[in-house]
Amino acid sequence: MLRFLTRRSLGAAFILLIVAAVTFFLFFAVPGDPARLACGRVCPPETLAQARHNLGLDQPIFVQFVEWVFGIFAGRDYEGLGHCPAPCLGYSFVNREPVFNTIVDRLPVTLSLTIGSAIVFLIFGIGTGIIAALKQGKPLDKIASVSSLIGASVQIYFVGTLAMYFLVFQWQVIERPRYVPITEDPIGWAYGLMLPWVVLAIIFTANYTRMTRSTMVEQLGEDYVRTARAKGLSARTVVMRFALRGTLTPIVTIFGIDLAGLIGGAIITETTFSLQGIGRLSIQSVLNSDLPMLMATVLLAATAIVVLNVIVDALYAVIDPRVRLS
Amino acid sequence: MTAVTLTETGPGRRGDSFLSVQDLHVSFSTEDGTVKAVDGLSFEVEKGTTLGIVGESGSGKSVTNLAILGLHNSEHAEIGGEIWFEDRELVGASRTTLERLRGNRIAMIFQDPLTALSPFHTVGRQIGEVYRKHKGASKREARDRAIEMLDRVGIPNAKVRVDDYPHHFSGGMRQRVMIAMALVCDPALVIADEPTTALDVTVQAQILDLLKDLQDQMGTSIILITHDLGVVAQAAHNVLVMYAGRAAERGTVREVLGAPRHPYTWGLLSSAPRLGSAVDVPLKPVRGTPPSLLNPPSGCRFHPRCDYVKQVGPDLCAAELPELSPESGHGDACYLTLKQKQEIHTQLMEGR
Repeated sequence: MLRFLTRRSLGAAFILLIVAAVTFFLFFAVPGDPARLACGRVCPPETLAQARHNLGLDQPIFVQFVEWVFGIFAGRDYEGLGHCPAPCLGYSFVNREPVFNTIVDRLPVTLSLTIGSAIVFLIFGIGTGIIAALKQGKPLDKIASVSSLIGASVQIYFVGTLAMYFLVFQWQVIERPRYVPITEDPIGWAYGLMLPWVVLAIIFTANYTRMTRSTMVEQLGEDYVRTARAKGLSARTVVMRFALRGTLTPIVTIFGIDLAGLIGGAIITETTFSLQGIGRLSIQSVLNSDLPMLMATVLLAATAIVVLNVIVDALYAVIDPRVRLS
Repeated sequence: MTAVTLTETGPGRRGDSFLSVQDLHVSFSTEDGTVKAVDGLSFEVEKGTTLGIVGESGSGKSVTNLAILGLHNSEHAEIGGEIWFEDRELVGASRTTLERLRGNRIAMIFQDPLTALSPFHTVGRQIGEVYRKHKGASKREARDRAIEMLDRVGIPNAKVRVDDYPHHFSGGMRQRVMIAMALVCDPALVIADEPTTALDVTVQAQILDLLKDLQDQMGTSIILITHDLGVVAQAAHNVLVMYAGRAAERGTVREVLGAPRHPYTWGLLSSAPRLGSAVDVPLKPVRGTPPSLLNPPSGCRFHPRCDYVKQVGPDLCAAELPELSPESGHGDACYLTLKQKQEIHTQLMEGR
């Protein structure tokens, strides 16, 4: 296990470095000059040069990248802005704030959105999947199949916008989604995010229902499930302890991917519900040519994917003892 | 609770045998029609004996035994007839009744222990949970019992191996685990569905010996399903030959293997290789293919493949379904006269 984790962590670090490098160099390939943006509309050449120097853009790109990477581990000193302690992700080109602080500020919004909706869609997705598998061909199965098909076909900007329009503005059954830190007011936190949770869950539940149903149907036909029944175990035990165990592996796989995607920023969701999370931050940083901010959001998304991948692989071994981590 | 409480004692009880299957029908509705997997099968098992059920794939051997345990999906399978076990009727018995019998009074050993054991749980847990469920034992007691059972079926170092997963065991050892699991509650009847088919020959002999030893110790009755006549000869007391969901021949091992009376049994016996025979003589398979159970042949199910139809007169074979006769002892379902059967068998034996 330890060897597995060490090896995978090294691999993960390598992947993150490549992602960072590619993003960094791509940034300069895209038209748009952050120095000119910082300098303003009327921009004499010497002011532009000064702005360029202040942003560190007068250095060769490669040097800029190395300094950026170095800053993450050792911190950096900025002329006129002072020391930026490790992990230093730089100062935003736009508001001259340390990027790290902005990320720390925004991350709870995204995490709340992610974890809350994940709990809802896992419970509903796996639950309806099990019921559908047990009631194969019965009305309940068909209802579950049809509704999951509908859920899988609609998009967040459709359901989300409709929900906002009708529930919030038209009928006013629920207030506009807002973020209240859970530490301040847990009930307000849940209430403020309920609508986005439900809307996200509608989109994601479908996937889990279908996956659970099909794998469960397969598992119920397995010999070892029949053995469990032949041992006299109750139907409930057979399903929950035996068949469900075999169903977990593919669910964990897609859950890892979905979770990483959500942590990386539910861009459309956050935009639809006007929540200031990582997703909106990344969009803004692209529009503002804010390199340090952009690098931070990309790195965060990539880290989420890479780390969750390692966790998912480790979970395979926990679920199924036949899987060996090597 | 040591035994299932007997409440359903009544006039329906037949004979002295403690398992009695009467006119069993099992059919499955499929898109193409109704498959009659078992079609009017009757047999009995006596206490402490082994009944070998032989027949080719699709003859209804496994279907019959899954029906005894009520393991067929009631939505797809239709089951008719009667199954009497220890004074209770199992066809149509309630779910809780069956759950209380399964693994407790009637246990099953499946063909492929690799797929039949849960890959997710340790063998100790899998053995122990049967004991806990039926005997109400604690975790500790169940574990000790699992170790005891593993030891009894000849798994070395049982104290350590109890915490291993099935994939840590070899094929033969895995089947021993399966047997330990089946016997943990001292069942009165063990149904072994091709218990040795997935194993190599030396291990096969060990497993059969093990079953026999355990039977001698505990007086368990065994139904041994197999397509291997060698296994039957080695391990069974009585034999039931099945063909297309029906009984073709029934008797003691000595009767059926020594003086077989049904053409299908002759076919099975002459298609089996013999140690003493010349190596360049080809094996004689039974001509034709097993019948479709969607549209079984009229009359005797075997008549399209039978070489002796002419000696009976083809009308009778194709028109009427033969029943096992005589009703007890060595019986067969064939219209040939006893004399004809003896003559043909003698000829066949000489030809080998």
